[in-house]
Amino acid sequence: MIDIKLRKKQGAFKINAEFKSGVTGVTALFGQSGAGKTSVINMIAGLDIPDSGYIRVNQNPLFDAQKHINLPPQKRKIGYVFQDGRLFPHLTVKQNLSYGMRLVSQQERYVMFDPVISLLGISHLLSRLPRKLSGGEKQRVAIGRALLTSPSLLLMDEPLSSLDHLRKKEVMPFISRLSKEFSIPIIYVSHSLDEVLNLADHIVLMDEGNVIAAGSIDAIVNRSDLFSLMGGQDCGSIISATVETDNDAYGLTHLRFPGGVIKVPRLAVSKGSTVRIRIPVRSVSISLVKPADTSIQNIFSGVIEEISLPDSTFSDIRINIGVPLFSRITRLSQEKLCLTPGKTVFAMVKSIAVTNGSND
Amino acid sequence: MNYFSFSPVELEALRLSLWVSFWALFISLPPGIIIAWILARMEFPGKSILNGMIHLPLVLPPVVIGYLLLVVMGRKGLIGSILYEYLGFSVAFTWKGAALASAVMAFPLLVRAIKLSIDNVDPGLENAARTLGAGPMRVFFTITLPLMIPGIITGMILAFARSLGEFGATITFVSNIQGETQTLPLALYTLMQVPNGETGAMRLCLISILIAMAALVCSQRLEKRFPGYVKG
Repeated sequence: MIDIKLRKKQGAFKINAEFKSGVTGVTALFGQSGAGKTSVINMIAGLDIPDSGYIRVNQNPLFDAQKHINLPPQKRKIGYVFQDGRLFPHLTVKQNLSYGMRLVSQQERYVMFDPVISLLGISHLLSRLPRKLSGGEKQRVAIGRALLTSPSLLLMDEPLSSLDHLRKKEVMPFISRLSKEFSIPIIYVSHSLDEVLNLADHIVLMDEGNVIAAGSIDAIVNRSDLFSLMGGQDCGSIISATVETDNDAYGLTHLRFPGGVIKVPRLAVSKGSTVRIRIPVRSVSISLVKPADTSIQNIFSGVIEEISLPDSTFSDIRINIGVPLFSRITRLSQEKLCLTPGKTVFAMVKSIAVTNGSND
Repeated sequence: MNYFSFSPVELEALRLSLWVSFWALFISLPPGIIIAWILARMEFPGKSILNGMIHLPLVLPPVVIGYLLLVVMGRKGLIGSILYEYLGFSVAFTWKGAALASAVMAFPLLVRAIKLSIDNVDPGLENAARTLGAGPMRVFFTITLPLMIPGIITGMILAFARSLGEFGATITFVSNIQGETQTLPLALYTLMQVPNGETGAMRLCLISILIAMAALVCSQRLEKRFPGYVKG
């Protein structure tokens, strides 16, 4: 259980963060660049000192301004995976991995060397120096190094942001297996919605130093008041769905969700599993009659619930098709079709635009 | 003319030079690392004054430094008199004084090179070590210090070479006593003052060049053993 309340003034920038999160699972600390995410986890790690508040992990106070408690970083038992890896350049991979592990007594170790090495697939790298590693390998070693200190909480600061697309795909599966296999709570800082959707169970939404909302992903992501904070037009509707057919004769994956079945280009998922997909607002168009003879496979009928105007050119339409689905059309189209709340419409989703985080 | 058979006086000067330079380096390395670290990592009032004092020997005439050392560390000096009275110990007109003079003169070069290497150590690596459970001392000895080694070696070579060449402060502070304070440059100077001393002077000149070259090659060899650390 992580229980955090902290305030810190950095020049004109004020951080005011308060949230709780569960015993296990991944909590995403999500927000645009400059929202104060890294500052918050630096304070959790003890690398920075809050002005006031408290930080508790499993009821242990790591910091409490009122009780004058402030454990130094080395006493906090918190693993930290930095954005840039920060492997020690003068030590081999093996020495990097065991640097923190050796400082933990045998009785307190619950993460063992061999399982971590095999989970991360780094056994062939042990004798190398960090500069001989690729970006993805470095990040995997950095994850292993933090994990091997048997921490009670693992902090990850955008561990994938310095990697290219292929490397991301290489590291992502390891992270999603981590919290399950070692039952460590993870706080995962990111500004990429797709990463968050793919990895996290809970989300803490930050903006300009403040925590705006916190809760389970499904509850937070479809709140229209948080729409712009979730990335605005880059965002979309987030839908949880179960895999009905993973690969049909046309190479499509069929996903069942409360609004029906959506067909998308093949995803790397197995039948029966649950995935979160993201439907970008711009790839949803609207028709008043049920379209026939169209290339679009995914057509859902629903009732318009809300129309918001992000600017003078566009209209964001929220349609209830069993779950909320957002569509962005021009204000001209909206007025031509006389779209108003309460009206029943048909929403058409382009299959090719749907993503599930791992294929952005 | 024989450039290869050294007279006993010349050999004594060579031995003394190496001895004095070694001790100059030995006594200045620990404080050099500490002061370089303070200058690189700490902020405090009066930092620029400390910085200025460390660098004074670089800009003052060496004779002035020698004179100041005499005033402070001489047998009747501020600190020297106390040392002599209570410990019966004096550095004035001994090889220890020559080593002290060399150490003071070489100190700024040593500190500058080491400070530069500390500036190049990413504090992020030190923070990473903290989160892995290492206290400040362990971080210094396992992360900061090993990453400083190329700079420390460079500083040591520079300081050693500077010590070998020390003349002004040494002759002012501890005079030119054969077998005690007459180092290579002093012996060379003395030989130039006497008739028929040219051959000896040339021998000492050549040996100076040889030692300097050896020191440079040595430093390059050593630095190669510590491959350019890239940010990990």
